[in-house]
Amino acid sequence: MKPAPFDYVRPGSLDDALAALAGDPGAKVLAGGQSLVPLLSMRLAAPSRLVDINGLPELSGIEANDDGVRVGALARHADVLASEDVRRVQPLVSLALANVAHATIRNRGTTVGSIVHADAAAEMPMVLCLLGGSVDVAGPAGRRTIPADELYVGPLESSLHHDEIALSAYFPALNPGAGVGFEEIARRHGDYALCGVGAVVTGDTVVAGYLSVCDVPTVVDLSGVADADLGDAALEHLDPGDDIHASADYRAQLVRVLTARVVGAARKMAA
Amino acid sequence: MTTKLFGTRVQRVEDQRFLRGRGRYVDDVLSGQRVLHAAVLRSPHAHARVLEVHVEDVLDVDGVHAVWTYEDLAELSAPMADPLPLLIPHPTLTHGRTQHALADGEVNYVGEAIAFVVADDRYVAEDAVGRIRVDYEVLPPVVGIAAARAATNLVHEDVPGNVGARMEQSNGDAPAAIAAAPHTLSLDLLVERSSCQPMEGRGTVARWDPDINRMTVWSSTQTSTGVRAAIAVKLGLDLGQVDVVTPDVGGGFGVKINHPWPEELLVPLAARALGRPVKFIEDRREHFISSAHERGQVHHVEVGYDDDGRVLGLDVQFWHDHGAYTPYGLIVPIITSTQLLGPYKPGAYRVRFESLYTNTVMVTPYRGAGRPQGCFVMERTMDAIAEALGKDRAEVRATNFIQPDEFPYDHGLIFQDGRELEYDSGDYPASLEKIKALVGWDEFPAYKAEMAAQGRHVGIGLACYVEGTGVGPYEGAHVHIETSGKVKVATGLTTQGQGHATVFAQIVADVLGVPLSDVEVVTGDTRRMPYAVGTFASRAAVMSGSAIHLAATRAKEKVLRIAADALEANEDDLEIVDGVVSVRGAPSSSIALGTVAVLSNPLRYAFDEQSKLATQFSVGDPGKPPVAEDDEPGLEGKDFYSPERSTFASGMHAVIVETDPLTAEIRILKYAVVHDCGHLINPMIVEGQIHGGVAQGVGGALYERMAYDESGQLLNASFMDFLMPYVTEVPTSIEIDHLETPSPLNPLGIKGAGEAGVIPSAAVFASAISDAEGFPITSMPISPSELYALRLQNSVVDERAQRASRDTKETS
Repeated sequence: MKPAPFDYVRPGSLDDALAALAGDPGAKVLAGGQSLVPLLSMRLAAPSRLVDINGLPELSGIEANDDGVRVGALARHADVLASEDVRRVQPLVSLALANVAHATIRNRGTTVGSIVHADAAAEMPMVLCLLGGSVDVAGPAGRRTIPADELYVGPLESSLHHDEIALSAYFPALNPGAGVGFEEIARRHGDYALCGVGAVVTGDTVVAGYLSVCDVPTVVDLSGVADADLGDAALEHLDPGDDIHASADYRAQLVRVLTARVVGAARKMAA
Repeated sequence: MTTKLFGTRVQRVEDQRFLRGRGRYVDDVLSGQRVLHAAVLRSPHAHARVLEVHVEDVLDVDGVHAVWTYEDLAELSAPMADPLPLLIPHPTLTHGRTQHALADGEVNYVGEAIAFVVADDRYVAEDAVGRIRVDYEVLPPVVGIAAARAATNLVHEDVPGNVGARMEQSNGDAPAAIAAAPHTLSLDLLVERSSCQPMEGRGTVARWDPDINRMTVWSSTQTSTGVRAAIAVKLGLDLGQVDVVTPDVGGGFGVKINHPWPEELLVPLAARALGRPVKFIEDRREHFISSAHERGQVHHVEVGYDDDGRVLGLDVQFWHDHGAYTPYGLIVPIITSTQLLGPYKPGAYRVRFESLYTNTVMVTPYRGAGRPQGCFVMERTMDAIAEALGKDRAEVRATNFIQPDEFPYDHGLIFQDGRELEYDSGDYPASLEKIKALVGWDEFPAYKAEMAAQGRHVGIGLACYVEGTGVGPYEGAHVHIETSGKVKVATGLTTQGQGHATVFAQIVADVLGVPLSDVEVVTGDTRRMPYAVGTFASRAAVMSGSAIHLAATRAKEKVLRIAADALEANEDDLEIVDGVVSVRGAPSSSIALGTVAVLSNPLRYAFDEQSKLATQFSVGDPGKPPVAEDDEPGLEGKDFYSPERSTFASGMHAVIVETDPLTAEIRILKYAVVHDCGHLINPMIVEGQIHGGVAQGVGGALYERMAYDESGQLLNASFMDFLMPYVTEVPTSIEIDHLETPSPLNPLGIKGAGEAGVIPSAAVFASAISDAEGFPITSMPISPSELYALRLQNSVVDERAQRASRDTKETS
C-alpha cells in the first residue's frame, strides 16, 4: 500500500497552481486527501503529479449571508459543520455534514473536495444538487460557475475540466418558512450510506435528494404526491442496486422509509 | 505473607507503554538501520497455471536487490523448493496439501505468492512487483462449499471430489436412537467465512550475522519456537544458529499461529543471501488475501428427542471449507465436531464431516476455532426443540445438561489434541441460573408484550458453550532471582496483548513474596526459553501460568534452603515478605532475597560491596565443593507443565435485541455473559477478554463476511467493505458474572478465557432475532438487508408495510 511515484508541487498562488495543473495531463489536485490518498496507496490511481492547494489560504473561507453559504475549496467539513452561521442560513448543509464519515475524516476532508469527487454515495454532492447550488471554478480560460445540475455527468465524473480548480461551492439559503430534513442509513456509523435522503419543503413544493440509490446525485420533485406514495414515486426516478452490503429490494425499502421520515421532518420544520 | 495478588484486579503493567505509543512492534525493529524491504507479487487469479514469470524488466531497476521466483529457491536452500510444512497431520487427512513459499507452476487462490522482491524500500519494491509480467493459463475456480461438493472442477487435480479428509466419530448408535425417538427434527445451518484481522498484520525482520553464522529473526507470530524450527529446517541451519524473538504483537486471534508463512522463510533467506537485514510488513489487502480465514461451514442436523426435550440421538453432518491448502490440518472441523456438544449429554451422538478444497484463502483457527459453528448448530437445535414442544428454551437446555456430580464426564470422543474429550469440572445449572438472573429471562415475556404494544419488536436469545482450553503438549518457565532482588521470568509462548506480563507476574509475586514491580516477564524469545509451543487455544494462563507457578516454587525452595543456612533457622519457620526472608515472629533475623541470590553463586571475583559476601574467603566450607554435587550456582527455578488433557471452561451468553419493523436494523439492548474459567487470576483481564470477544462476536454475527464472487475474487478486501464493527456498533455495556469452578488438572485451578467471548455470538444473536421475528434464523451472519429478505420470504412484511404508511401519516 505505497503509492506509485509522483511529482508533488505546492504552489503559493492560484496562477501557479493552474499552471502546474495545465502543465501535466496526469496531474491531480490535492486538498484534504481523504479520497485521493487511499486511492494512491492502493494504487487504484497513479497521477503523475499532485498539485497541493493547501498553500492557498485564500481558498479556506466560509461565508454565510442572507443569500446563502459559500464554502471555500480548503474549508474542512468540520469547520463548516461547526459554523453557527452556516447552520442558521442553510441548516441542510449542517444536517448532512454530521453524516459525512467520521470526525477524524471531517477534520481533514474538504466539503468542496467531496463535491468535485462526484461520488453518488457522498452526502454533499446530493445536498448541492438538492439546494440548486453551484461551484465556482478557475481554469486557464478564466473563471466560470457550474450550476449543480450541470456538475455531475456520471459515476465519479464531474464536468470540471482537467485543468480547472474548484474554488468554492455555493449553497442557497433556506427560504423563510421552508423546512429541510436529512437522514441516511449506513451499515456502520460513519460508513457510506446504503441510502440517504434529503428533503426541502417550501409551501406545497416538496423536493427530495437521494444518494447511494442512483449513479449520480438525484433530485426528485415530490410535490403533490400523496404521503403514502412518496417513496414509490421517488423510486421511479432512482435505480437502487445490489451489492455486497444490501439488495436492491432493501435499498428500495429504505427509500420508502427514509423519504417518509425526511419529508415528515422537513414539513415539521416548515410548519 | 505479602498481600495475595492472585484473584485481584491488578492494573496491567503493559498499559502505560501501549497507551503512550511506546509499544515496540516488528515494524519498529532495526528502524533507522540499513534495512531492505520486501514485497510480494501475488496471484490475481483464483486458479491458474503459471506458465512463465518475466522478471527481466525488474532486475536492473535501481534500488532492487533481489527478485526471486520458485525457480530460484532450490539454489538458495534445497528444502525451500519443497512445499511448506503440513503442521498437524491426521490419519484421516488423506489428501493434505500445502503451498510452496513461491508458487510452483500453479496458483490456487487470489493472493498466493508468486515472486519475492527485495529493494531499498517498500515503495521501490512495490514498483518492481508492478513490473513483473506473468503468463497464466486460467483454470476454472472452485468457490464455495456447494461448488466444492459438486466437484465439477477440482482445486488440485490429484484430490478427487475436492475432499481433503473425511472423518467420523460416534458415541452410541445415534441413527437408531433417532429412529426410536418420539420426536425428530432436521435442520440445515450455515455459517459464513470471516477472519481475525488483528490491528497489526503479519511481519518479519531478519538479520544474518556472518561473523558468528547466526540468524536473528523478529516475527509477529503466536509461536516463536515453531518459527525458529521451521527456519532452521528450511534454511539448512542448526537450531542453535537461529534465534526468534517476538516483539510486541498487535493482536493475533489465531491467524499468527499458522507458520511458517512464505515471507517468514523468504525474509531470512534474503537476509543471508544479501548480507543485509530484510523486513517484510504485510499491508491490509495482503492480510485479507494471503493470510487465513475461518468459519465457513454448512451443517445438517438430525435429532431425536423426548417429550421433555431430552436429546436421545444427535446425528450431525457438516462440510468444512478449508480453502486452497491444509497447513493446520483438521483442527478447526475436529473442534466443531467435538465442542458442538457444549454442556449437553445426548443419548447417542454421531458426527461426520468432509473437509473440502476451494480456490480461496486457506483456513486456520480464528479465535473460537470451530466452536462458534458448533455452538451455533447445537444451540439452534435446542431452540428448535423448544419451539417444537412449546417449551421454554432455557428449560430444554437444563434438561440436557451434564450435572455437577457427573464430572469428570467422558463424551467417548477424541478431542483436537488426540486425547479423550473428558470434561474436568463445571456447574452448568448454576451458570444457567446466573445468566437468567443477569439478563432478566423470566421477566422478558412481560417486557416483550409491553414493547409489542408500542409497535416495537424485541427478542431474547440464550446460548451455552463449553470450551476445551489449555491444550498440550506443554509449556515451560524459567524464574531467576537476581542479586538486586529483582525477578526475571521467561516463558516461551508469545503474547499479543493479553496481559501476560501482568498475570504471570502476579503468580510469581505471590509465590516469592516480592512486589509486583520487581517481577519482569519475557515471552516468546527463544534465547530465553527455547522450549515452548505457542499461544492459542486459550492456553497461555493454564500452560505457562502453571509452569511459572511450578518454576517459581522451585526457586522459592532454593531461597529457603540458602536463607535457612544463612540465618541458622529452620526452612519451615521462614517467610518472604516484600523481598525479605525472615524468621516468622523474629523479623530482626532476616536476609534480603538479593543477598540470598548473592550467596547462591560462589564467586572468585567481587565486583561490588554486596558480591564480596560470596567470594572465596568469605563463604563456604573449605572441606566441600563450593557448589554441591546436586546443586547449581544461581537462584533459579525452571519447570514444565504438561497436563494429561485439556481443561474445559464454560459459559452462557444472553442478548436482548430490537429489530426495526421498517428498516430491519438490529439493535442490541442488553448483553449478558456468565463465564466460568475456574479460578480467576485477574478478573479485570478476564473481563477485558470477554469484552473484546463479544465485540468480535458482534462483528461475526452482524457485520463481517468474506464476499467472494464466483471467480474467486474477494470483493471486500479492505476495511471500507469488510465491516469490522466500530465502537459505535458494539454494546455500550456488557453485564458479566463469574462462576469459579476450579480445574483439578493444574496447580492453580484455572481454565482458559481467551476465546470465550466470541464462541456463542452467532448462536445467541440468531436465537434473539428469531425470537423477535417469529421465524427461524438458520444462516449467519445476518445483515438488515438479509433480515428484510427473510421477512419477505416469511410474508411478514405486508402488515409492516401498512404500518409504514401509517407511520408516515403520523409524522406528517
